[in-house]
Amino acid sequence: MEAAAERSTAAALQVEDLKVSIGGKMVVDGVDLEVGQSEIVALVGESGSGKSLSALSIMGLLGGKLERSARSIRLGDEAIEGYGDAQMRHLRGDAMSMIFQEPVASLNPLMSVGEQVSESLIVHGHASRSEAWDKAVKMLADVGIPEPERRARQFPAELSGGMCQRVMIASALIARPRLLIADEPTTALDVTIQAQILELMKRLRDETGTSVLIITHDMGVVAALADKVCVMYGGRIVEQAEVFEIFRNPSHPYTKLLLSTIPKLGGTRKEALFSIKGTVPDLNSWPEGCRFRTRCPLADEKCAERPPFISVDGEGDHRSACWHMDRLEELA
Amino acid sequence: MSRETILSVRDLKVHFPVKGGINRPSGTVKAVDGVSFDVVAGETVAVVGESGCGKSTTGNAILSLAPITAGEVHFNGQDIARMKPAERKTLWRDLQVVFQDPVSALNPKRTIAQSIAEPLAINGYSRQEQDTRVDELVALVGLNQSQRDRYPNELSGGQRQRVVIARALALNPKLVICDEPVSALDVSIQSQILNLLMELQERLGLSYLFISHDLSVVRHLADRVIVMYLGTIVEEAQTDELFANPRHPYTRALLSAIPEPDPIVQRAKKPIPLQGELPSPLNPPAGCPFVTRCPLREEACSTIRPELTPDPASPEHHFACLVEARAVPVTF
Repeated sequence: MEAAAERSTAAALQVEDLKVSIGGKMVVDGVDLEVGQSEIVALVGESGSGKSLSALSIMGLLGGKLERSARSIRLGDEAIEGYGDAQMRHLRGDAMSMIFQEPVASLNPLMSVGEQVSESLIVHGHASRSEAWDKAVKMLADVGIPEPERRARQFPAELSGGMCQRVMIASALIARPRLLIADEPTTALDVTIQAQILELMKRLRDETGTSVLIITHDMGVVAALADKVCVMYGGRIVEQAEVFEIFRNPSHPYTKLLLSTIPKLGGTRKEALFSIKGTVPDLNSWPEGCRFRTRCPLADEKCAERPPFISVDGEGDHRSACWHMDRLEELA
Repeated sequence: MSRETILSVRDLKVHFPVKGGINRPSGTVKAVDGVSFDVVAGETVAVVGESGCGKSTTGNAILSLAPITAGEVHFNGQDIARMKPAERKTLWRDLQVVFQDPVSALNPKRTIAQSIAEPLAINGYSRQEQDTRVDELVALVGLNQSQRDRYPNELSGGQRQRVVIARALALNPKLVICDEPVSALDVSIQSQILNLLMELQERLGLSYLFISHDLSVVRHLADRVIVMYLGTIVEEAQTDELFANPRHPYTRALLSAIPEPDPIVQRAKKPIPLQGELPSPLNPPAGCPFVTRCPLREEACSTIRPELTPDPASPEHHFACLVEARAVPVTF
């Protein structure tokens, strides 16, 4: 709580020209990203778009042969792009934390829930063991777990999937991080539980001021939660805008087509759904220039050249990387 | 379209004995507990519900992939629940299945043509007949003839699901059980496969038993919807009727929780909060299965198990709720 008062007005996260490569191949190819204070930003994309790798690389959690480079990564006022493992360990679970898709697999099965939630306070030296335990119990109550004292002494196997995701959120937020990265946090959950978790994330953001970067493929989750949306395709952000704007006025062919393929509750039934031709290309068959051009109905020779990420609204709040923005109505 | 009933399930029960262990009680899991419904020729019946509701077990029981404890399954006029395994062989000409994960559904060491030809070979088609039929099927599901001799790992997820569908259709089945057929696919590919399923139904007069957790997809292609909760059917109606006028409190909660891909619609929604979690199937509530979480519950609900009863205003609409049955039906 005290930390919140000291925070400057800088964005919670600012990333410039983030690249992740494997064996010389660029999997994330020059991503710029900004998450403002108390803002929820959604990074949307399909499998292989680079959305999860972007998140993991910001957390310093890339494994194996994956390599990261970036012109700058700032967490608040702190430039962290040059940080090594030890320095990143200081940040993780404290100034920034992350939750994952599989809550049950993400928790340690041999550690009680209370120990796991309190762990980051102890590791980072913010509290003694008993203080941390009390805070953990309080945090469990905050994330909507009934009978928190009893639950704290239980083990993950004794909790349902939805409860485990609440525990993950509790342990991620207990040290009051500036930034929470949530990678598909509700994908493994049933819809009624998903609605509860989305509601919880919103409430905690409102109460604590934590900024959230949520990684998802689900446009429904984006519509429910995000303030700002970045759409990724082929390792790049192809469109970025405020949430109402991007749904009202999608300005990249991929975004526009993707939104029209999803069956909607208010839509017509039984009719052929709109579809995007072809398949999501794998890393080895990404085309030069615009990565979407092999599937885009508007594509021509111009698209062999990488389109600039330019302002749609004249102010730069809504940007898109497409040479043919003036022809988007042809897609309707 | 003929109105011949091709599948008729009566009071189906699938109970699994559970051995106890440390911290684990023994007993019986009533995965499916008294389910009855029909599927008419040419119709799509969707079974929806959250994990653990018994929707997949119902499908598996019909396919003889789960042991039937009690009840009858009539397919094509025969009671297949009591058929000997040898007699079931002829069944697979008319009854087929498409599962969620096309990767595990295909043998990685067989080419696409070999996989599709397998049911033909088993049923005594000559080499040449197999070849001709594979050609037809490859074209039917929108694959390229050049992909015939490829292996599954050379295909994308959507293409693999096309192969699985081609194989399911090889012997001209009457009913295809589709268990979450698009859940493992990327968003931009889902609509391609849904369109294919709808198109094939129209061309071949197929019936589908469509098992899914995705209510937007179900609304788009189902004629009738069955809602399951904890092993029982709580509501069943024509699709338009169910979405316009859900009667069971669980259905209402489920529909209210669907995240819609439109921030204006989504943020105006008020999800009906459900208390608590799905009860353990080892120890289900005595009366109504939904009683522990129901916002409408009354005393009688904990002792009396409600029967599926028709809605007086709409006789094809059935629901199982004591409280709602007393309510004045909404009339237009």
